[in-house]
Amino acid sequence: MMKIAKYVAYDIIRNRFVLLYTLFLLIVTGSMYSLDSDAGKSTLSLLNIILLVVPLVSVIFTTMHFFNSYEFIELLLSQPVNREKVFISEFLSVALALSFAFIIGVALPTVLLANSAAAVYLIFSGVLLTFVFVSLASLASVLTRDKAKGIGIALLFWIYFTLIYDGLILYVIYSFSDYPLEKVTLLLSSLNPVDLARIVILLKLDISALMGYTGAFYQNFFGSSTGAIYAFLLLLAWIIIPLWIALRKFIRKDI
Amino acid sequence: MRITTAACLLFITFASQAKTWIVDQRKTITSIQKAIALASFGDTIRVMPGLYREGNLIVKKTLALIGVDYPVLDGENKYEIFTVTGKNILISGFKLINTGRGSIDDISGISAVQTKGLIVRNNKFENTFFGIHLANSSKSLIENNTLRANAEAEYQIGNGIHAWKCDSLNIRNNDIAGHRDGIYFEFVTHSRIEKNFSHGNMRYGLHFMFSHHDEYVANTFRNNGAGVAVMYTQDVNMIGNRFENNWGSSSYGLLLKDIRDSRIEGNLFAKNTVSIFMDGSSRCHFEKNVFRESGWAVKIQANCDENIFKANSFLSNTFDMATNGSLVLNKVDYNYWDNYQGYDLNKDGIGDLPFHPVSLYSMVVEKMPSSIVLWRSFLVYLLDRSEKVVPSITPESLKDSHPVMKNYDYHF
Repeated sequence: MMKIAKYVAYDIIRNRFVLLYTLFLLIVTGSMYSLDSDAGKSTLSLLNIILLVVPLVSVIFTTMHFFNSYEFIELLLSQPVNREKVFISEFLSVALALSFAFIIGVALPTVLLANSAAAVYLIFSGVLLTFVFVSLASLASVLTRDKAKGIGIALLFWIYFTLIYDGLILYVIYSFSDYPLEKVTLLLSSLNPVDLARIVILLKLDISALMGYTGAFYQNFFGSSTGAIYAFLLLLAWIIIPLWIALRKFIRKDI
Repeated sequence: MRITTAACLLFITFASQAKTWIVDQRKTITSIQKAIALASFGDTIRVMPGLYREGNLIVKKTLALIGVDYPVLDGENKYEIFTVTGKNILISGFKLINTGRGSIDDISGISAVQTKGLIVRNNKFENTFFGIHLANSSKSLIENNTLRANAEAEYQIGNGIHAWKCDSLNIRNNDIAGHRDGIYFEFVTHSRIEKNFSHGNMRYGLHFMFSHHDEYVANTFRNNGAGVAVMYTQDVNMIGNRFENNWGSSSYGLLLKDIRDSRIEGNLFAKNTVSIFMDGSSRCHFEKNVFRESGWAVKIQANCDENIFKANSFLSNTFDMATNGSLVLNKVDYNYWDNYQGYDLNKDGIGDLPFHPVSLYSMVVEKMPSSIVLWRSFLVYLLDRSEKVVPSITPESLKDSHPVMKNYDYHF
């Protein structure tokens, strides 16, 4: 498995996309911190990047890479190699490469220029979100044979989690605004990895606005160690469950 | 034993007749009670260090009571310590501890009823129910006192400095913590509250009710349960104060309820959930204040009118302004907003486009508090953006037509 992962990783580094992505993140992060003297504000602007760009790049790159190396995968599978191993090493090398890019592009300058509790959460969430969306995109790639369709499904995942889902939550809040909704919104929003990452980071940053009744409720929950573990486990579930489904599909798939 | 020294004469107005009495547990006069009984108009009583358990001390004549090295007066959790009535009484240098508690009586460290010219200076209060309680008094000075209490609930404790129906008070340099309200004013007029530090109180750092023509200047209010409340009052000047760290769902830096003709100038509001909450207030001037790192810098209810916000700085607030209606009768002009994204083509330092401090989402959150959960999501960003382009829900007339481009240089 290590051998396959090594070849895939080599291939990824060779096609320069990850290098460009790293450079992009590095420039954005660097300019954010040098533009604004208030480190807290820069971290907030970075939050938008992480919640939008990281998932987007993850889904697109993963699907593109999967379909581009389809022939390589076919070739591998003609050998006496376990399908499981091929798929997992594909996933791991892509996810690790993107996380590596994120760590060099965002985490390194952040730690050097504006180290804080919020920054640590930001880095952690960024890496986990990368894994989550690589996993979701892997699922999208095995669902179809057609490359365009695969990318379409992956983008659908992205738009659903960053935009549509929040719209649905807002609709629920609006429709049931006469009822106490704290627990319901907490549950609903924590079921979306992007929202979950956002809330966890925000609680470290925008604390005062969130300290209204609702905010205090979230603060109590996510501020405690139980809450942090809950958030981490949920994100982990968002990595493992789509990957597991994708793996089962891949094993049974007629390639 | 009667000792009259030249130095003590200086303290007393009626120098020729005044005497100084010394209370010392090792000498003839061992109790303050006795000294008060013996002393006559204008005398000085000096109390030497020691622990005095004398129950309630009633002072009804003009006396100067001076503690040397903080003699401790213990109320044994039963008594009020000083009960004072009369003119020109001085109480200075005592440590008052453990007053009684009551749900009917306002048991205090020092209770002043119908006094004039009272001076309470350099005292320490520990575990008192009310610290200093002034009723129907005038021209009094409360200075350099330290008040500490450690109640766990509001109903267990009284206010630090409580004034009811007073006039011309001067409250300066006191340090008040752990009471219900740090300073409480009801029907108090022409008074000045200056340089006090009110922190960690259960309810308000400062609580004003029906108290006209007062001013409070250069005080610090920090970490109080619900901040500072000024209610049902007109003509109050609030200048150069600091309102900090008031966090919680019903917590405000400054709560203004039915205030008229007042001035709020040169204050710092930092790290409050809501820095200023205004309800039913009119004709107030807000100038040269700094609002920073607050959830809502200003929440202004639609029933406020003719208020003027001018030359304030709004920095790093989650929401700069929020309101609950579309009718706006207030004026906002020449402020600095760090959220302003306009430009200044003619370089006169004033942005060419007006700034709308109320964002769509702050209105949404105002209506449905639980929607704060979506704050800073992409969806909210899109909503706010589209509202900025075509305002439909936010009050169009609530705007700063002359947002300044450069932050004012206010120092705190």
